[in-house]
Amino acid sequence: MTVLKVEGIGKAFRTYRSEWQRVLSWLGLSVVPREEKWILRDITFSLEAGEAVGIVGQNGAGKSTLLKMLCNTLAPSAGTIEVNGRIAALLELGMGFNPDLTGRANVMNTAGLMGFTHDQILGVMSEIEAFAEIGTYFDEPLRTYSSGMQVRLAFSVATAFRPEILIVDEALSVGDAYFQHKSFNRIKQFQKEGTTLLLVSHDRSAVISLCDRAILIEKGEIRKDGPPEDVLDLYNALIAEKEGGIVSQTKNRDGRIQTVSGTGEAVIASVVLLDSAGCATDAVSVGEAVTLEVKATIVRDIPELVAGYMIKDRLGQSIFGTNTFHLDRVLYNLKAGEELMFRFKFNANFGNGNYSVAVSLHQSEAHVAYNYEWQDLAYTFAVVNTDKQKFVGVAWVPPGLELVR
Amino acid sequence: MADMLGLANGIWSYRYFIANSIWNDFYTRFVRSKLGGAWIVLQPLSQVMIYALILSNLLSSKIPDINNTYGYAIYLMSGTLAWNLFSEIIDRCLKVFVNNANIIKKMNFPKVTLPAIAVGSAIVNNLILLVVMVVIFLFLGHIPSWNLMFIFLLIPVIVVFAVGIGLFLGIVNVFIRDVEQVVPIVLQILFWFTPIVYPITVIPEKYVRILKLNPMFDIVDAYHKAIAYDVAPRLTAMPVTLVLGLLLCGISLVVFRRANTEMADVL
Repeated sequence: MTVLKVEGIGKAFRTYRSEWQRVLSWLGLSVVPREEKWILRDITFSLEAGEAVGIVGQNGAGKSTLLKMLCNTLAPSAGTIEVNGRIAALLELGMGFNPDLTGRANVMNTAGLMGFTHDQILGVMSEIEAFAEIGTYFDEPLRTYSSGMQVRLAFSVATAFRPEILIVDEALSVGDAYFQHKSFNRIKQFQKEGTTLLLVSHDRSAVISLCDRAILIEKGEIRKDGPPEDVLDLYNALIAEKEGGIVSQTKNRDGRIQTVSGTGEAVIASVVLLDSAGCATDAVSVGEAVTLEVKATIVRDIPELVAGYMIKDRLGQSIFGTNTFHLDRVLYNLKAGEELMFRFKFNANFGNGNYSVAVSLHQSEAHVAYNYEWQDLAYTFAVVNTDKQKFVGVAWVPPGLELVR
Repeated sequence: MADMLGLANGIWSYRYFIANSIWNDFYTRFVRSKLGGAWIVLQPLSQVMIYALILSNLLSSKIPDINNTYGYAIYLMSGTLAWNLFSEIIDRCLKVFVNNANIIKKMNFPKVTLPAIAVGSAIVNNLILLVVMVVIFLFLGHIPSWNLMFIFLLIPVIVVFAVGIGLFLGIVNVFIRDVEQVVPIVLQILFWFTPIVYPITVIPEKYVRILKLNPMFDIVDAYHKAIAYDVAPRLTAMPVTLVLGLLLCGISLVVFRRANTEMADVL
């Protein structure tokens, strides 16, 4: 079932020569705005029940404006939004709380603002009280609460009724680890019961682990809508693109999408993983000593070079990454035409499964600062457990065992 | 028309929220300040006291036709009661959208509930003031009669008229913040052009006609009749004011519907 259908929506902020002209325009006079500034244009997508979709984009891309339109606090200047059910947003908790009222009175007030009737609110009051776990503070004025207690109460009210669509800001802080866990479980429970999740996030692993789909918004338009891994690779590349590099996405032999970006002043000539015998391999056994060999070519004179790599699991979650900055081997003043080889030696202490390697050439600590070339899925390999005892997980951390009986 | 039904529906489905918010507005005054709700009454009464002390010596100390030594004070209070309702509604409506910018931008609810809460709170405050004034009158030896009941016919006229003006100004104020500065000045001027601190009899006959163009003139006069003079007020001017008020409300609501979508953009 489609719970949300967004068709060609856009948002323009209008400025008039004088605000009086705006007033006249309501009274039926036709006044042409002096300037229309489009923040979002031509956004089209739809959400199915139970889906979890990540919304990513850089600051100022238009994410918040889009969410405000979905929540119906801003009206779109073009297009239509069709909602099938109720949308709840966990973007700013505690909106409309009054510090002089008790927790209970604030619940009445806030839930009322959300549009619930007196009886509905009374029906869930004890549930809210129990979930917030703030004890007798529930009947104390809000100003005596710690900020954690306020957030607990706010979250409990905001999620007292299961919405059809729940918008969650990933950076949302809901207090201590215990409550974070508890509130996360509630969100997951909602999803199981058919709620569609819309997760706003900058965090790669959160989107990849939670969402089945991601939408990248860039400069007010949908840049990509698809599997989270592909979308986030592009997003990552776009951050680097700010430095004026080129971004391309191509399909690999195995159907995965590879993203390459950067200025091209230095390029990655080859990436290969060598086994203990020094032969290129795409299957290594757990714990085997391997070498990641990265060949780079300097195209133009550059002042500084850092090479780095990141090993990711099947889902695109980062397993391990480092670079020559952290290894204290930054190179300076490289001349055009120079060829370099980096050999990173490590033990493949990974669990069973497929892994990919992303490689980058850049300046300073991370590729976001100044990126020469960044390659996703530069190399893929499998790890198989040939000689170790059976274990689960992505990391090989063999324990010693002491047993007391 | 469907628009108007939408607004009415918004108010109806949020009726508990509105009632609850009016109560909260009232309640929070009591919890934080030492004298609490007394300020609802003390503010207008202190104003009355000032005028009574200063002006009763300048004007003839007794208002004709009121057989009480405190005649002037009683006259002042009854006029203030009407004016207070009028100015408080306008003042609250004027600031209601700007002051609630945060929730307007971040939560989805019918915005029309905000002025409804503002007006409700103003009415509650005015009723409290009325009760306290009646108690004071009893102490002063002025016992109101059934004519007092005319007040309850006059209150709706003031409310409709004030909402018609206040709502429009409140919407415009979102876009042109100067309105917030100008309105109190205009209200102050209008206050002196309404017979509140002075009796109608001191106005030269030829100016009365002009001053009567101010709808509050007749309303305040009716308050005087019903409370201070204890006679049945003539209500002939009220239907005109009521119709004018309803017309202003209608325009305000149309403007509100049009401005509704743009309001969150600029707040």
